[in-house]
Amino acid sequence: MSDILKPSRRAFLRGSAAAAAGLTAGAAARAGTPDPLITEIQPWAQVFGDGVDATPYGLPIEYESDVIRRNVEWLTADTTSSINFTPIHALDGTITPQGCAFERHHSGAIELRKQDYRLMVNGLVDTPLVFTYDDLERFPRENHVYFCECAANTGMEWAGAQLNGAQFTHGMIHNMEYTGVSLRTILNEAGLGAAGDLADKWVYVEGADASSNGRSIPMEKALDDVLVAFKANGEALRKEHGYPVRLVVPGWEGNLWVKWLRRIEVMDGPVESREETSKYTDTLEDGTSRKWTWVMDAKSVITSPSPQAPITHGHGSLVITGLAWSGHGAITRVDVSKDGGVTWETARLAKPGEKMALTRFYLDTEWNGEEMLLQARAMDETGYVQPTKDQLREVRGENSIYHNNCIQTWHVMPNGEAENVEVS
Amino acid sequence: ALANGKLGLGREALPEEIAAWDVDIRPDGQGLPVGSGSVADGEMLFSDNCAACHGEFAEGVDNWPELAGGEGTLADEDPVKTVGSYWPYLSTAWDYVHRSMPYGSAQTLTDDEVYAIVAYILYSNFLVEDDFVLSNENFLDVEMPNADGFIIDDRAEAEYAQWRTEPCMSDCKDSVEITMRASVLNVTPEDEASADT
Repeated sequence: MSDILKPSRRAFLRGSAAAAAGLTAGAAARAGTPDPLITEIQPWAQVFGDGVDATPYGLPIEYESDVIRRNVEWLTADTTSSINFTPIHALDGTITPQGCAFERHHSGAIELRKQDYRLMVNGLVDTPLVFTYDDLERFPRENHVYFCECAANTGMEWAGAQLNGAQFTHGMIHNMEYTGVSLRTILNEAGLGAAGDLADKWVYVEGADASSNGRSIPMEKALDDVLVAFKANGEALRKEHGYPVRLVVPGWEGNLWVKWLRRIEVMDGPVESREETSKYTDTLEDGTSRKWTWVMDAKSVITSPSPQAPITHGHGSLVITGLAWSGHGAITRVDVSKDGGVTWETARLAKPGEKMALTRFYLDTEWNGEEMLLQARAMDETGYVQPTKDQLREVRGENSIYHNNCIQTWHVMPNGEAENVEVS
Repeated sequence: ALANGKLGLGREALPEEIAAWDVDIRPDGQGLPVGSGSVADGEMLFSDNCAACHGEFAEGVDNWPELAGGEGTLADEDPVKTVGSYWPYLSTAWDYVHRSMPYGSAQTLTDDEVYAIVAYILYSNFLVEDDFVLSNENFLDVEMPNADGFIIDDRAEAEYAQWRTEPCMSDCKDSVEITMRASVLNVTPEDEASADT
């Protein structure tokens, strides 16, 4: 691994080496010295590459070995109830490769074979049911792309600038195309007649792992767009993402996306489980706490340049790019500031925003070594504008832990390095 | 498809199966099994099964969760959120211990053992006396100090209303100063293989 995690001497060295190489090549071309990568026959242009039988299921080429999940040891007591981070600083587009999509477990990533998988639906239903994995594949399917963002994403940044890199500050997120059955269909199969008036009913969902991760979801959401998913980005879920079946809860905090889903209970009230009382409640400045803060508000981050992705190409054309998303619907606009929020220009969305999915934005610009304080500001279809950290702290104080969707600032220095900072 | 719009998939869950998996306990005590356990028994059980991580007095070891203490700290700069200081319902403690603890060997405690351990956690938080016996009968008599400490998500009123406005595009501030830098803390992990050489 040879990547850059913080602006350090080696980041600077790599940056200046690249700049020097570019300069040399440019100078050589101007001087009329031909480029040997062109004028000399290279081995890959002469001999064989790998046969089609070499890689039945491939991994990225070794030169991309820095595009990996990373964990931060001091954040948790143990790696089995912990978090790691998606390398968003190195990705583009919107679909997260499953192999480097973040993980969050409460008792480790369990191995659960399809043959051993059972899904129970019980409680206030007409007929409590047990499904096998094969049963689930016989229901009508849907496909949707959604982001899954941990409620704690950016949580370490509440009190100040702490971790140096978009992967660490914003990487508890992934975005996949899910295939599955609507939870509505599953509930209908068991029958909701016994539940009576659905307006005040809830479903309790839990996983097959030791932590269980039980959460309560109001029936209105359960019948709206929740998916019981078994494929992601075209293939089976990865073990660490809930193989063979997980819940997909569009726009809502990642903790509700119960993995290794084993039971759905229709109830007349919330369970008030550990994961919705002790955890995933947001303490305000006066000591009271919000509960049931399910939706992830509009948010964005510039992924490049960023502390792990410094500018190494010298002056001239620069692509500023990043991600925006909202649990309330589609992203409609992203503004970018280079001066810490004094002036803003509207970035270009790679595609129109999709509901509760990551949206890629670009600002094609020019940089000539001036210091920048880069910020992005997302807006969603409800008119909500991503707030600053100070605006959030004004309402909530610094101890909410969860739901930090503040505007992020990267300080880009004349040598192209970038640092996580807070600005006035 | 069947006449009622169903596909006829799955099969009826048997009572034994539901009993095995549906063990959630609700704030009003629904789901609690018949049983009881004393603080004294809980102290022994806690020492054997829990104290290695949570401490002999439920005060927590290293980075492992504190289960006791922190009363009155929720509005402090660094609140200490424990069963006693923070958790609104005792049902959650019983449910969670029963289903998911001890960490690494969950679902190994009997119902009476869970009652005893929960009684000991209450005692560690000074919420009951040392001769207390917790049972399904008196479960709801225990008063949790922070039971009224929670409000339902009020972002719609407290935040959305003020942030759904057309944002400033130019001359938005007079000046900008850097007020905090991540590199000062220097807590971001570095890859070992790429350490400066």
